Amino acid sequence: MTRFPPPARTCRAALVGVPNCGKTALFNRLTGSHQKVANYPGVTVERKEGIFIGPAQHCLYQLLDLPGTYSLVPTTLDEAVTRDVIAGRLQGEATPELIVCVVDATNLRLSLRLVLELKALGRPMIVALNMSDLAEQRGYKLDRQRLAAELALPVVDTVAVRAGGEAALLAAIDAHSNATASAAVPAVLVPPGPEQVEATQRESRRILDAAGYVVPLRTRALQRLDAIVMNPLFGPLLLATLLFLMFQAVFSWAAAPMDWIAAGIGALGGLVQSALPAGPLQSLLVDGVLAGASAVLIFLPQILILFAFILILEDSGYLPRAAFLLDRLMGSIGLSGRSFIPLLSSFACAIPGIMATRTIPNLRNRITTIMLAPLMTCSARLPVYALLIGAFIPAQQVGWFNLQGLVLFALYVAGVLGAVLVALALKLGSRKAHYHPLLMELPEYHWPNLRNLWIGLWERTRIFLTRVGTIILALTVLLWFLASYPAPPPGAAGPAIHYSFAGMIGNALQNVFAPLGFNWQISVALVPGLAAREVAVAALGTVYALSSGADDVSAALGPMIAGSWSLATALSLLAWYVFAPQCLSTLVTVRRETNSWRYPLIMAGYLFALAYVAAFITYRVALALGGGG
Amino acid sequence: MTTADSPSAAGQIPLADLRKGMRGLVTAVVDDDTAQIGDTAGSTVARRLREIGFVPGEPVEVIEEVWPGGDPMAVRIGATIFALRRREARAVLVQMQMDKP
Repeated sequence: MTRFPPPARTCRAALVGVPNCGKTALFNRLTGSHQKVANYPGVTVERKEGIFIGPAQHCLYQLLDLPGTYSLVPTTLDEAVTRDVIAGRLQGEATPELIVCVVDATNLRLSLRLVLELKALGRPMIVALNMSDLAEQRGYKLDRQRLAAELALPVVDTVAVRAGGEAALLAAIDAHSNATASAAVPAVLVPPGPEQVEATQRESRRILDAAGYVVPLRTRALQRLDAIVMNPLFGPLLLATLLFLMFQAVFSWAAAPMDWIAAGIGALGGLVQSALPAGPLQSLLVDGVLAGASAVLIFLPQILILFAFILILEDSGYLPRAAFLLDRLMGSIGLSGRSFIPLLSSFACAIPGIMATRTIPNLRNRITTIMLAPLMTCSARLPVYALLIGAFIPAQQVGWFNLQGLVLFALYVAGVLGAVLVALALKLGSRKAHYHPLLMELPEYHWPNLRNLWIGLWERTRIFLTRVGTIILALTVLLWFLASYPAPPPGAAGPAIHYSFAGMIGNALQNVFAPLGFNWQISVALVPGLAAREVAVAALGTVYALSSGADDVSAALGPMIAGSWSLATALSLLAWYVFAPQCLSTLVTVRRETNSWRYPLIMAGYLFALAYVAAFITYRVALALGGGG
Repeated sequence: MTTADSPSAAGQIPLADLRKGMRGLVTAVVDDDTAQIGDTAGSTVARRLREIGFVPGEPVEVIEEVWPGGDPMAVRIGATIFALRRREARAVLVQMQMDKP
């Protein structure tokens, strides 16, 4: 990373544009790794700020990536944020001195009305003609000088997906900041009436005609692709295939890198053991830190594969089409197609999923979607699922498929079915709702951009490693302490952990969890697992490392539980994890997004109840079928 | 449009009545069904339709519809494709266009 020389001053700029104009890609191109993003990658639903220095080196720019919007009259919270920032009305947010309006060169017609609406505010503004390379390739024609003259605004070409594609924009931004001393005053926005909107549309059409804008016919290939993807028969089949492939890939592709990580940490553990004398310090490092961290770290490849799939589907323009196909189906359970993308994101993590519900205009639909988000199996459940499936389900082929992959798929399906039932219950419990329209753009297909994929995955890795290094590590060390002290009285029989604080807590909790078939080790592990699901695996690693006295539990937690739990217990714990609200961050996010404790409390209550009932039934049925051995 | 289209003699009909493959020119957007789009602001269906390009003179084409019932439908307006339900497509009036053989 290059160090910035001290710049003479700072300037605040904001990127604005309609959805799908490539704005976020341009933001990534301009600011690179110098971004300040909230903890979780959503789809431009959070405040994203980046910094960069112009080529003239006289100014440090703070660039804000505002949520995409078609208009300054908002329909969603996202769009309202964009309007308020631009108008200088958002509390605690300085008004941008320069607006960079990003427009898609292959779809100017959709963007130009927003350009004119923004221009009417009278703010310093630059128009970035993004995807200009694609437009040229596909045979679009446009007289840029004429467009700039008609708009009376600087117009520059940008290619967000190519290195150097931002050069013209950088020069224009520098030129602007040289020329003007900014005085940004809050603007008064009066929503234009129908006649005004139509007049602006006529003006934008006149400008495009004057600038000789010619849109070529959509290629046959793209038309044919749409005919398949959105086909009433093949479309749903393709969607089911893609989702199934995604879950199979999580298991089969991740196997090799997971082995490397396990081997690496195992070697490190051996090294520590041979370097340090036996004692509390060695125990803390090997049984606490390494056993805990490795149990979680090993699942990084699976989480990244899941995120890669979702990011690629997102970037390619496929997801809105899937939402289109599912609109009617989701309507039957009281949702709309718009809920699909937040719910799919929740498979990676419920937090970006819940944040992505900001794009749902209707409050009731939004709350329902938020309530369902934790039922989508998030990546933090993968460590738990993977551990249990790996230990209890044989890795045999069933037809074309791997049995372990099938069980994993079934767990995902169980979560979705649970969500359907909860949605139906919510629908029945509420009065007839107001009608809310769909009105969703199906953007043109794009090849997913590798750089954006890389930035998205890196962000995810960083967050995951930070969690492993902070929360998970701290809780694991705390648990190691609770599980190691007090030491057993002299002459006591059985493992030392029985006499520790953790043993006492586990035995107390076992009264609650015994009907579900959970032993005291599981009961102990569930407590730190409340903070984050994957911590439970780390906690199991620590508890078993200390209770067995075996040397290398970090690599052998699977075989160890396979030897000591019944199949019924394992299945019951899986059922528990499908529903249990074991993630404080999710509840805190719901609190923040709904601005009330009501919804997170309802969420935690109903999820615990569901989890307990599901685990109880699973355990009893499995016992009855002979899974108690 | 580069293909040779000629407006038929038929009067204007709601976009909601068009089936897959049919085309037309927008003649008007009616404010009758002024359901609020969101809970956060005063944006209505008619306003948003105008903002995204459903204004008189624009060509539209129904490129796909979901079975059963043909709802929602994918409509091309200008160079953009939007998913609409028949319900909101009722607010858009179009002049049907027939392709010349």
